[in-house]
Amino acid sequence: MSRTSDPDRLYEEFAKGLWRDNPVFVQVLGMCPMLAVTNTAINALAMGAATIFVLVGSSTLVSLLRNVIPKQVRISTFIVVIATFVTVADYTLLALLPAVHKELGAFIALIVVNCLILGRQEAFASKNKTRTAIADAVGMGVGFTFALLCLGGVREILGNGSLFGLSLFGPNFEPWVVMILPPGGFLMLGLILLGFNAARERKERIQAEQAAAAGGARGR
Amino acid sequence: MAAEFVWIFVGAMLVNNFVLSYFLGLCPFFGVSTKIDTAVRLGLATTFVMFVTSACASLLNTFVLPHAPYLKLISFILVIASTVQFVEMVIKKLSPVLFRALGIFLPLITTNCAILGLALFQTNKSYTFLQGLVYSLGAGAGFTLAIVLMAGLREESELSDIPSAMKGTAMSLIIAGLLSLAFMGFAGLFSEA
Repeated sequence: MSRTSDPDRLYEEFAKGLWRDNPVFVQVLGMCPMLAVTNTAINALAMGAATIFVLVGSSTLVSLLRNVIPKQVRISTFIVVIATFVTVADYTLLALLPAVHKELGAFIALIVVNCLILGRQEAFASKNKTRTAIADAVGMGVGFTFALLCLGGVREILGNGSLFGLSLFGPNFEPWVVMILPPGGFLMLGLILLGFNAARERKERIQAEQAAAAGGARGR
Repeated sequence: MAAEFVWIFVGAMLVNNFVLSYFLGLCPFFGVSTKIDTAVRLGLATTFVMFVTSACASLLNTFVLPHAPYLKLISFILVIASTVQFVEMVIKKLSPVLFRALGIFLPLITTNCAILGLALFQTNKSYTFLQGLVYSLGAGAGFTLAIVLMAGLREESELSDIPSAMKGTAMSLIIAGLLSLAFMGFAGLFSEA
């Protein structure tokens, strides 16, 4: 990799997390916090921010230490690094936004076992330069938050008739309560993934048809 | 006294099922639920890790954490990681076949959020040592129940004719949604204070 292509590479590592390798919609990682805290958009946003903080912090540290950590104990080391940053996030949120902290409950602490974060340490941060690792962490974190917001927004609109706590439809709206309850989370994420798959299949089919048409033309 | 234990057990297993109403442990729930056999074994291994973790968490809560509350997460996760390592060694020694069948999902029990969740909830509810153990058994039974039900349903859905965009995770999530809807019916059993 030449030095000049650095900014491009950084941007690419950042951008891949947003859509092409979106942690939730494509890799299906980090499902537990994804479903548990997305009953309102505010919770989703707080969870996303906390995850970005932990992800960026631990990716930076792991990437700095990547030549020091012995291979045999790397997973335990990653977990301890992550747990440290989660503790920081937990106490910070408790001090700044006690109401949101209460709402999210144990799920802030459970960021420790979000497989998305451990996955990025193992697959990326422990093998790459610090700058690239940070770009990757920010991209993945933002992609995760985007997915949380999609799900949280849709569930809040359908289940509560509001978005970020603001009522959208006025008092006559009959809330679809099941959407903010656990089953709604599963169903809605299932439907979103279904939409994603359908869109991707359609795109692939069109591409295959075009390729076949081009191939056929060449054959003749 | 005995009745209280029964309620804790049933509450953790059915009413507040860890997988279907707290959304904990979803990775193995979707990852290992392709065959009933493997699902049962993973459920049992997870239950055992939960049991040991619950005992250790109670001890930590009594003796260590009052002096250093900020170490809560780190100490819990270390206990879990060591227990999993221990279970892995035992299973490898006693039953190499089971060891191979579980494969990568055995070490991954460490990052099963149901277990860390159990330790944290038990702390939040300030259960005693025995209550904690019963709670962990209930949670483990609930996890096993959910994952086995899911595996059964998925084995069936493999054979049915569904649109190709729906296959895989999307279908599993919708099945899980329906299961979760069914488990909400248990909420009428009793209301947790």
